[in-house]
Amino acid sequence: MDLETPRAHHDLGGAPKYFCQGIDKEAHALTDFDKEVDAIRQALGAKKIMTVDELRRGIESLPEADYHRLSYYQRWLCSIADNLLARGVITEAELAAALASEP
Amino acid sequence: MTARLAPGALVRVRDDWPETRGKVHIRTPHYLRGRTGRVVRHLGDFPNPEDLAFARPARILPLYHVLFDQPPIWHEGSAGDEILVEIYEPWLSPA
Repeated sequence: MDLETPRAHHDLGGAPKYFCQGIDKEAHALTDFDKEVDAIRQALGAKKIMTVDELRRGIESLPEADYHRLSYYQRWLCSIADNLLARGVITEAELAAALASEP
Repeated sequence: MTARLAPGALVRVRDDWPETRGKVHIRTPHYLRGRTGRVVRHLGDFPNPEDLAFARPARILPLYHVLFDQPPIWHEGSAGDEILVEIYEPWLSPA
């Protein structure tokens, strides 16, 4: 096998850097944050504002360092925000204001 | 697009790397590019996710389960180990 293919950074199957790492097989409970992000994703899908394919594309477009630093649902939320900004559903100013008002 | 690959057909995955040419969304894992496998079944026909991901009009494409020998791909495992992957028809050609 060509171990160093020009794969995209999210395309992790068979990546040599993980060969010697254990696999976490424990079940993890969803946090309230995780559930809320999932609910937002479902609402956007039901209203035909964003598909799961667009969600995935947005996740894969995250900078490599962010992709590996963020949790699974944090990646989703970043992608959702990017998609909504690109579509004009929300503006940068609205997002900044909402983030600033967080306790 | 009518499914043209029958169960049992030997197929080769396109050795193509669209991710090196710009922004894309693809479902064919890097470790299968250029690999030969066998069609197990036609799973149905679905809009091309490579287009849906960019909100573009999407062609309806046949999707297959394709089975590969695992040891030659990752140089591990035992004889008889297999990898079963869903692959869209444009990525496959008769081998």
